Amino acid sequence: MADIATKIDTDTPGLPPMRIVQLMVGLALVLTLARPVLPDFLVRLPESWIPPLADWLDYFFNVIVIETLRINELTRWFAEGPLDFMLGFTANLLEGKHRWPFVGPLPWSCVAAVAAVIGYYLGGWRFALLGGGTFVWTAMVGQWKIAMQTLSVLAVAAPLAFFIGLLMGIAAWKWNWFDRAVKPFLAILQTIPFFTYLLPAVIFFKVGPTAGAIATTIYAIPPMVLMTALGLKKVSPEIVEAGKMSGSTRWQMLTKVYIPSARTEILVGVNQVIMLCLAMVVLTAFIGMPGLGGKLLAMMNSFKLGRSFEIGVTIVLVAVMLDRFSKAWVVKLPEHHERGTSWFVRHKYLVAAVVGFVAFLLIAQFVEILDKVGRRQSLSMGKEMDALIKGFLAIDAVQAITGWMRYFLNVWVLIPFRNALLYIPTPAFILLVVSFAYWLGGKRPAIFAATFFTIVAFSGWWDRSVITLYSVISAVILSMFIGIPLGIFASRSEKWSTRILLLCDTAQTFPSFIYLLPAIMLFGVSDVTVVLSIVIFTTVPLTRYTIEGLRNVPGEMTEAADMSGATKRQKLLSVQLPLALPTMAVGFNQAIMFAFFMVIIAAFIGTQDLGQELQRTLAGTDLGKNFVLGMNVALMALTFDLTIMNWAQKRKKALGLS
Amino acid sequence: MSDSTPVISCKNVWKLFGPNPKQYLADMAPGRSFDEIRADGYIAGVKDVSVEVGRGEMLVIMGLSGSGKSTLVRCFSRLHDITGGTIEVDGQDIGELDENGLIEMRRNKMGMVFQSFGLLPHRTVLDNVAFPLEMRGQDRHDRRERALEVIKLVGLEGREEYFPRELSGGQQQRVGIARSLAIEPDIWFLDEPFSALDPLIRREMQDEFLRLQEMLGKTIVFITHDFDEALRLADRIAIMKDGAVEQCDTPDQIVLNPQTPYVEKFTEEIEKSRVVHARVLANPVNGTAPEGEPVRAGHTILQLARQLVNDAREELPVANKKGELIGVMNRQEALDVLLGKDT
Repeated sequence: MADIATKIDTDTPGLPPMRIVQLMVGLALVLTLARPVLPDFLVRLPESWIPPLADWLDYFFNVIVIETLRINELTRWFAEGPLDFMLGFTANLLEGKHRWPFVGPLPWSCVAAVAAVIGYYLGGWRFALLGGGTFVWTAMVGQWKIAMQTLSVLAVAAPLAFFIGLLMGIAAWKWNWFDRAVKPFLAILQTIPFFTYLLPAVIFFKVGPTAGAIATTIYAIPPMVLMTALGLKKVSPEIVEAGKMSGSTRWQMLTKVYIPSARTEILVGVNQVIMLCLAMVVLTAFIGMPGLGGKLLAMMNSFKLGRSFEIGVTIVLVAVMLDRFSKAWVVKLPEHHERGTSWFVRHKYLVAAVVGFVAFLLIAQFVEILDKVGRRQSLSMGKEMDALIKGFLAIDAVQAITGWMRYFLNVWVLIPFRNALLYIPTPAFILLVVSFAYWLGGKRPAIFAATFFTIVAFSGWWDRSVITLYSVISAVILSMFIGIPLGIFASRSEKWSTRILLLCDTAQTFPSFIYLLPAIMLFGVSDVTVVLSIVIFTTVPLTRYTIEGLRNVPGEMTEAADMSGATKRQKLLSVQLPLALPTMAVGFNQAIMFAFFMVIIAAFIGTQDLGQELQRTLAGTDLGKNFVLGMNVALMALTFDLTIMNWAQKRKKALGLS
Repeated sequence: MSDSTPVISCKNVWKLFGPNPKQYLADMAPGRSFDEIRADGYIAGVKDVSVEVGRGEMLVIMGLSGSGKSTLVRCFSRLHDITGGTIEVDGQDIGELDENGLIEMRRNKMGMVFQSFGLLPHRTVLDNVAFPLEMRGQDRHDRRERALEVIKLVGLEGREEYFPRELSGGQQQRVGIARSLAIEPDIWFLDEPFSALDPLIRREMQDEFLRLQEMLGKTIVFITHDFDEALRLADRIAIMKDGAVEQCDTPDQIVLNPQTPYVEKFTEEIEKSRVVHARVLANPVNGTAPEGEPVRAGHTILQLARQLVNDAREELPVANKKGELIGVMNRQEALDVLLGKDT
């Protein structure tokens, strides 16, 4: 991609790229300034020009997909048959739903014991404590049932996503055409807002856990496909040849040579599948799925901050546990036993898990508290904490600070910025975006930017798209002020780099929903809250990639700078930052993608953007509208993604870093 | 099949890499050079090679990286499908084998050792060695027994339950060797087996390898870029450059009569007396039998150096192991090999 762009830079006779950018920006400025005298159709596209895309899509879905092809019968069959069965199975075991095999719910102490043994196996006492502790906490604060509702869906969705992703990954590795066909599709899937998954899931797969499981599964598939294909491609040719020379058949090659050798990548894929599933299953609250997410949503809606906080802690604990465990599994290598070791010693962890499980199962029959923690017995401090938080927020000083910040950001930063963006006539806005894409990425991203934003203009949701963009841009800029200095500071010392990186790593495992909590606590329900929750969310990748970019500057170069007598500042500005910039750009890009994701979720706080409309569609059956809105978000996100990644790649090539 | 039929016989073998190699080879004018072919967008991995490997013989293929030696050996085992020519293994054209035939051949006839070992990281030493046996469906007990046997043979007893990552490079290659021997192959391919090892370990492994070969007497194709290694191990050496075999001969002949400038450049730095055996310098006896103590045919000129310098005879009788006279060696000729020709 990059060399196409660079070639065109030199090929264009006459106009150097910088001049083209200046021309486009100039034209955009003229159009904006001339807005009062512009004809109406240049300010905003008239309604009559907008094609009824949503209606066409509705027709497509209702008449072709549902009535003619009867796809929904197939999907309903799947939803009501095998999927419902699997969900019933896990739900019975974990939360005691009245379904086959009618044995559940398992006492919480059993689950905690097994988690502790798994933790010990994967990472010693600390992990045992994490595993056991998470479930003990969950039971103790009285959230066992809702947590199990969430986990029972996860227990179905994650393996499903794993298998589908694995199969698709194998297919993508085996057949080039499949790889090429599926790649752009995966890229789009990863930028489409989550709400766009939800409605089709509801329409095709019933409401409730089934739809939630399906949406979650689909959302988690892409990284598994990519990691599987990557891992299989990376298997060393000698291992492949060794397998062939051993006379393996094709099936033996795949199952005994390729897949085991690609273990690391596949397990990294598993980690991502689990984390995405968790993030999504929490969000299925928006289609009325009960569980941790649903409870959190309800608590936040009724502004019960203490309880919200407790649920938040549970979600974070579960996330951290699942992430750490699955990551430890990636690096966990089998250990050898000397010959003649007895079966029990060889399988000591399995034995311990079974013993723990059975022991607690028996004990729980007699000691009720180990079976279920009742409402009365739970140690939930929800009310007390609620009072505490509210008390803290009511302190004058705190209120003065948050109040001032809310006022300052709203009146002096956010609203003027939003109004300015809304003032710009549509063509001028598109021109600005295109010139940005051209300036950074070159011709190809510019063409994409022009196409994508024109489509957005013709979708009929221009103003809402601009507001979405406004939240994204202002949040990312604000988080740059936090993330980049923090990253620069941390990168100075080994100690702080590891600390902050660990913090970022941990924070990135939290389901995005969690990030709304602190913002809501501090600023209640307002525009500032939306932007701030995005800021918290996007600061993480920015900080992380700033540190990584700076830390990965080759040692010789910083040493050369030192020997040239550069001060710390000079070294940072003229050696480290320029070299770290391509990596930082990746972080910046991720921040933007995260922001697009978050801004849609933040809709429930009460925004006026695409997310709000999207959320409204969830209540009905406006599949067409839902798709158009989702497409707008995806198109805007893709524009930035293409532009920035193109630039980062070009820059890395130019610096000889790739 | 008599003992004189070659085990591997390849005739005019071509392996071209590029968009449409078969068509290109069919249309190609004969005698195109490597560079001309490259200019046409193809890489000649193997270029018109004809070589035979006899039963129990060790053929060493020697060449620098990119000379096509690894490609050639992969053609022998059909890891690469050849573009032109034929390769016969035990009289069977391997190009005609279908997938099952090929798998059968590899399961029963061939073993291969790789430069970076190619061990399966998730399997223990025992399971790695038993892997080819598992592939052909031998039962668990049998293959365990056989694997333990080979592991003992390569001196890794007691490490059966280790994983490859827990072993040193030399030990890993022993596992590779054991795996390739597990099925008792007739033909043994070794692709630079010792190149990834430290010089000291390499030497040790070469000795070990010679010991194994003495015991097993397999037909071997051994690849190396190390000329010393080639001279040390080979019955015959094939020197490759740009996909073609420059010269294929015994080590003695290669150092004594290099046939191309390229081969000559390799031999320049070599101490010839260490390579050349008395047997090679022996001329047929005509008429009178020479007198006195004979020299051993299997000794190198270097080993005979003291005797050559001290002995006053013009012609020295050469005798084989059993003491039978096989010819006479001209002392001056031998001294020339030892000291270099007077110029």
